[in-house]
Amino acid sequence: MADGDHRSTSDQPILQLKGLRKSFGDLEVLKGVSLDVHEGEVIAIVGVSGSGKSTLLRCVNLLEVPTGGEMIFDGKSVPLRQASGGLFTSGRGLSALRAEIGMVFQQFNLWPHKTVLENVIESPITVKGVPRKEATAQAEDLLDSIGLLEKRNEHPARLSGGQQQRVAIVRALAMRPKLMLFDEATSALDPELVGEVLSLMARLAREGMTMMVVTHEIQFARQVSNRTVFIDQGLIEEEGPSQEILSNPKSERTRRFLDRVLHTEIIE
Amino acid sequence: MTTASADATSYSGMYGAVDGWWNQIEAYLPLFLPAAWIVIQVTVLSILLSWICGLVCALAKTSPYRVFQAPAEFYLWFVRGTPLLTQIFLVYFGLPQFGVRLDPFTAGVIALGVNGGAYVAEIIRGGLMSIPKGQRESSMALGMSYWQSMRRIVLPQVVRVIIPPITNDAATTLKNTSLLSTITIMELMLQTQIIVNSTFQPFEFYILVSLIYLAMTTVLMLAMRWAEKKHAIAY
Repeated sequence: MADGDHRSTSDQPILQLKGLRKSFGDLEVLKGVSLDVHEGEVIAIVGVSGSGKSTLLRCVNLLEVPTGGEMIFDGKSVPLRQASGGLFTSGRGLSALRAEIGMVFQQFNLWPHKTVLENVIESPITVKGVPRKEATAQAEDLLDSIGLLEKRNEHPARLSGGQQQRVAIVRALAMRPKLMLFDEATSALDPELVGEVLSLMARLAREGMTMMVVTHEIQFARQVSNRTVFIDQGLIEEEGPSQEILSNPKSERTRRFLDRVLHTEIIE
Repeated sequence: MTTASADATSYSGMYGAVDGWWNQIEAYLPLFLPAAWIVIQVTVLSILLSWICGLVCALAKTSPYRVFQAPAEFYLWFVRGTPLLTQIFLVYFGLPQFGVRLDPFTAGVIALGVNGGAYVAEIIRGGLMSIPKGQRESSMALGMSYWQSMRRIVLPQVVRVIIPPITNDAATTLKNTSLLSTITIMELMLQTQIIVNSTFQPFEFYILVSLIYLAMTTVLMLAMRWAEKKHAIAY
């Protein structure tokens, strides 16, 4: 494996995937993906729809339970069998793992019955037992940092898509995660709202957050991510520094994919 | 002229009839109050029991585990496939054979509550399915357990959508208490039957008891509208 040499470096990767597999019934979506993610790294994951890139991301926090392979997060092996019941299984280990990995969804998935502030303070209070006062102060700081403090008592439905997604990012940050996963975070947004979300993500990257970003925004991947992973048919087809991969792909498939994506961007 | 006087007589005749009707039922009115109170008590307790049964059954049925699904399916199949009256008799007359001797009130509440639970379960299940999958996923992704996610995120949203159907179900439970007259609970129907047997005025008294039921179901419906409005605020 190409990533074998990372292990020789002194710092342990925050996340190691070794031969990760995932099948839905007879359909094998991930066919053995190995990947190391180091602290502070921003990894863009690109590929055509159906290639398995979202499934890969969802496997990392066990929203999907891998059917094979190994996962090591923060130096500890993730006991996959423990989570074999799928989404409904909990257990302390699973909960603790998820509490340290933030996730941002395509559809935001804010909770409509709670206000913006309540959305942000909910999990620190219920999951980590942070006192309400402390959680509120932290949430207000976070909301202030994205310019949405005055919206704290609004319900999400009153916010624009871009604002909702930024609140969703802040909601994940409130858990102080060691790794952030972005699953096509801008795909559901109107074009004019994409920018504000991407610039928040870029800011997080600058601040040193470790991120795995599934995206169609090639420009963003090129400018913000350190490394790009191109996934094709459930396998890593090509991987390397983003500038290199996205400008001079070695693989024919990567090239064809990039042609298609950039071509679409021209038409738009 | 003739028509006018005919009108006058028919009016006084009708007035007389209403007046006479009222005089007769007035004497029996005090008997209806305790009966109505029993209906309210049985209804409230049965509804609470049906919500508990319904919630447990709905969660069991939507769980991915066969061990939970199977008993829930059996419960739904049995309760919805047999008459309520049969279930009432089963609890009140049948259970004593196994040493479980319940007073009519308790037996009635259990029968109505367990029966209602099957219908409530389907309502809650529908509510659960109406909540987008992403709601549960985002709460799980933030580290919440199944129960935390249910209690804090999913069920509060379910409550909002199920208020109208659950109120209809509550009205059904209220009306179903009339069947408990068959196991000697002195509720409205049994009380009315007894009065009718001695007064031989079935129409007057069954109309009266209908009005009492109507008043109670109307209050329920108004309460629903109030609850719906209260939960509709903000989003």
